[in-house]
Amino acid sequence: MKIVLSKDRMRIEREQDVVPFRARVKEMAVKIGMSLVNQTKLITAASELVRNMLKYAHGGIVVMEIISQGRDNGIRLVFQDHGPGIPDTQLAMKDGYSTGKSLGIGLPGAKRLVNEFDLKSKVGEGTTVSIIKWKNG
Amino acid sequence: MDRIPILRMGNLLLVTIQIDLYDRLATNLESDLVQMVSKTQAKGVLIDISALSIVDSFMGRILGNIGSMSKILDAETVVVGMQPAVAITLIELGLELKGVHTALNVEKGMELLRIKIGPDEETDSDEDSPE
Repeated sequence: MKIVLSKDRMRIEREQDVVPFRARVKEMAVKIGMSLVNQTKLITAASELVRNMLKYAHGGIVVMEIISQGRDNGIRLVFQDHGPGIPDTQLAMKDGYSTGKSLGIGLPGAKRLVNEFDLKSKVGEGTTVSIIKWKNG
Repeated sequence: MDRIPILRMGNLLLVTIQIDLYDRLATNLESDLVQMVSKTQAKGVLIDISALSIVDSFMGRILGNIGSMSKILDAETVVVGMQPAVAITLIELGLELKGVHTALNVEKGMELLRIKIGPDEETDSDEDSPE
């Protein structure tokens, strides 16, 4: 069972919000004593996802939580937007696939960097991506 | 507008990224650098990223672009000082830094550039341009 120890949220509207957002994530990761490599992976994944949110949905909200499961602590980030949604989420998770002019590694790359990754999307309603990085994961 | 300073040293351009870049700053750096390479006829570009705590796919693409564009303008690019955690993350993310050379630190990067572009010939470089 996952217990939420602390919860915070941040609205992302402009590209200038990305740097402070990353700083907040880092702060949380440092707080639970996450190793530098895991911190870097988490922040990089978060950066990819927040960038997607800005690019495809003109921003959204990120819910940031410190969670605990058994003896392990971790960070859960939930990215919620009300953008156009992703018609084919399986295709969107494929390496090298992009509808923008990016490299197409954002989503699959972010998934590789975290322990749990969940993508839900509905066309016309929006997309929610939830990731978890465990302190010792 | 904020800009990352570009230093000229002989036929080399040096950039030290000291802060976490937001996108506009990174794209400005890309265009400033390429224009500087053309204007100063630089043969090498050295970018120190030791202060960067993360490199995501956007920043990776900017670095790759700088490398490829400089290459077309006949200049080599070396990225130096990448933190080990950043290197680990880049590979897992699936990003190869194509088009740029890498070196451990500034000193090794300068050495690499010197090998790639040969000795600095700043004093007689304009001899062959007819007036």
